[in-house]
Amino acid sequence: MSQLDVPVRKTVLHREPDPRSASGDGLTANEREVGRVMQICNACRYCEGFCAVFPAMTRRIEFGKSDINFLANLCHNCGACLHACQYAPPHEFGVNVPQALAKVRLETYTEYAWPPALGTLYKRNGLALAVSLTSALALFLMIAAATNDALWGAVDGSFYSIFPHDLMVSLFAPVFLFSILALGVGARAFWQQSSAGVISGAAAGEAAYDALRLKYLDGGHGDGCNEVDDRFTRFRRRFHHFTFYGFWLCFASTTVATLYHYILNVPAPYGYMSLPKLFGISGGISLIVGTAGQWWLHLRRNPLQQDASQRSMDRGFIALLFLVAASGLALMWGKHISGMPILLCLHLAAVMALFLTLPYGKFAHGVYRTAALVKWSIEKRRPNSLQLSED
Amino acid sequence: MFDVLVIGGGNAALCAALMAREAGATVMLLEAAPQEWRGGNSQHTRNLRCMHAAPQDVLVDAYPEEEFWQDLLKVTGGATNENLARLVIRASSTCRPWMQRHGVRFQPSLSGALHTARTNAFFMGGGKALVNAYYRSAETLGVKVRYSSPVDRLQLRDGRFIAAYVGAERIEARSAVLAAGGFESNRQWLREAWGANDRGEWPADNFLVRGTRFNMGTLLRFMIDAGADTIGDPTQAHMVAIDARAPLYDGGICTRIDCVSLGIVVNRDAERFYDEGEDFWPKRYAIWGRLVAQQPGQIAYSIIDAKAVGRFMPPVFPGTKAETLEEIARALGLDESRFMQTLNAYNSACRPGTFDHTVLDDCKTVGVTPVKSHWALPIDTPPYYAYAVKPGVTFTYLGLKVDETAAVQSGGQPSPNLFVAGEMMAGNVLGRGYTAGVGMSIGTAFGRIAGTQAAQAVLKERSRVAA
Repeated sequence: MSQLDVPVRKTVLHREPDPRSASGDGLTANEREVGRVMQICNACRYCEGFCAVFPAMTRRIEFGKSDINFLANLCHNCGACLHACQYAPPHEFGVNVPQALAKVRLETYTEYAWPPALGTLYKRNGLALAVSLTSALALFLMIAAATNDALWGAVDGSFYSIFPHDLMVSLFAPVFLFSILALGVGARAFWQQSSAGVISGAAAGEAAYDALRLKYLDGGHGDGCNEVDDRFTRFRRRFHHFTFYGFWLCFASTTVATLYHYILNVPAPYGYMSLPKLFGISGGISLIVGTAGQWWLHLRRNPLQQDASQRSMDRGFIALLFLVAASGLALMWGKHISGMPILLCLHLAAVMALFLTLPYGKFAHGVYRTAALVKWSIEKRRPNSLQLSED
Repeated sequence: MFDVLVIGGGNAALCAALMAREAGATVMLLEAAPQEWRGGNSQHTRNLRCMHAAPQDVLVDAYPEEEFWQDLLKVTGGATNENLARLVIRASSTCRPWMQRHGVRFQPSLSGALHTARTNAFFMGGGKALVNAYYRSAETLGVKVRYSSPVDRLQLRDGRFIAAYVGAERIEARSAVLAAGGFESNRQWLREAWGANDRGEWPADNFLVRGTRFNMGTLLRFMIDAGADTIGDPTQAHMVAIDARAPLYDGGICTRIDCVSLGIVVNRDAERFYDEGEDFWPKRYAIWGRLVAQQPGQIAYSIIDAKAVGRFMPPVFPGTKAETLEEIARALGLDESRFMQTLNAYNSACRPGTFDHTVLDDCKTVGVTPVKSHWALPIDTPPYYAYAVKPGVTFTYLGLKVDETAAVQSGGQPSPNLFVAGEMMAGNVLGRGYTAGVGMSIGTAFGRIAGTQAAQAVLKERSRVAA
């Protein structure tokens, strides 16, 4: 807590004693801070045009746990409302919406994680990533060493001669499927926390469109979001697009290759003009560009605009994606070099670490944010029960 | 030496600096506040009142010059200058593309403020976002900006600006624009202006300042002492009844209390003192600051019952809540029997009608003084809520007299190179009262005029020397 928070609490929290807050309002300290901030924002509303968080806020006059968790995941952390805020530090109200919501976001990931015991991995995400990566690397090196004569030296360029296809499938498929299941269970818990109502086609379509083009990183005016200061930039949105679409191209590459293998009976390796290669190469390059850009932006981002405790998780995820892409591309070009087996172990370990931590790391933001966007697109189509007005 | 020195760092100052720079002058801007508090009262604003003939991006319908003028005439009760007012009104219809070029973005009227969708263009993110955009643009264009640089005094010669002093530092320029705000942050000056009342109180001691703490009126005082022509009355100001718990400075918009017309307002003696339902709240909110300033202790209490909840903008501080009216009186420290007398008299005076908060409805009181003309429903449904309110000063209207060139005048003689904009001259157009967004219309119009004139004064001087 910064020293600026102290007068804030004195000023704003000397409200009527709320019987819930003392004992059991069920809110965490971070959620209570969001509730406090939203009370101020709701009386101001200058930021309504920036994103969906503020229009969603104006449909409420009280902020319970489910409202706060919903708003936290609806926020894309563009920072516009912080730099525009007349109540931001050093003002004694100390309003910092993106930071308050970021802190709650991490809590929701932790809380909805499945199995619940593993939720704690979000809070020690750097450690979780490091252990996953090193264990996976050790595992693949051991397997490679046990099944091959040497890990260094001339090889025939075939990955399957080091790790047979079936072995790879038996290692990756269960982990991947478990991760999808875990994310799905978490997202369902988030979805059910408050009843959003029935999804119409229009609502689902709008949410998908808003997610796929990262509408809420455009600042509401199209100038982009904030990074270092109050200047707007479109770079975050662009780099995120590179990362996001690069990731799915790589995923598509693997999926198509799997279909080739099992349905068409055409095993790897594939030529440069084959679909798996085209997807893989473009996806890999895109991921490298996107993650490198996001890393650069992340280093420069205004500290007020982030939750410092999540830096290792954010950067760890960015770095891991970069490692997956870089090692994948290196493997393609370095198929015949002596270090290929070790490079292959590194690539597989990176992918394995990614799969293992999908439901316990930064990747989850995409799942929860999409769910929040769907909730919002349903909610905004419902009549507003409040008749608040200055009249 | 810079061509143009702009003294001030809010909307009017920035408009002046940008216009002067665009006209080819070199410009330095001196902001009294440190960077994190820059922008004066502009950082708390949210919109600009705009004349327009047809729907325009965020503005619906039309708001013709004549209607704008009549609105201004009505709120000022004639304390305005028609020539300058019409200049501002016309400028408001053409300034927005220029604002957009400098990075200002607009958004539709805020939820809860739909009554202004026709007349007011809202800044996306509010006034601080506008101020940020102007500073970015100024920096890009090469305006030299200095923060934490309050100007104490000027050096003038025969009405000409020679130099400004920041402490011991003397800063020369070929021309200057004064846009350093009113004197609302200067509590001593407010105290002197309002004086003592019949009760022996110094009302201004209980005022809160809604905006910046940096508008000390130093240059306004200096210019008055230097013999500049002034306009307006030092007790006239934009003054709103705001939550008594608001911070002393910079409480901004969120400290407003919007439930006055939905209930009753009593003073410290538990007596009503004004028609709470006289007109729509947006047309009346700006008179309640003065009304409360005239009450004992400069405090009043807005009382509502459960029927009003959810009908007004949520206040930033929760109200005092009680299950009985007696309890509310006790919680507020008011005389319980007097309070109940007032409430009972009001409740029994409410005539049945069809309540409709969106029109001037027929729910009014009969046989109680003061009357409540509209939306008068008995206060009888628990829980009850009360909000203590105090006068909150937004900005003062005492200023320097100008003509359409924004030149500072002495004995009716305009200065060749000293101009004034914003709150320091808004009283020319707005001698009394207020209508939403007009302060920014005046600041933008006269800021731009002052900047252009200051640059022209330099160019004129140059060509005179060259010839």
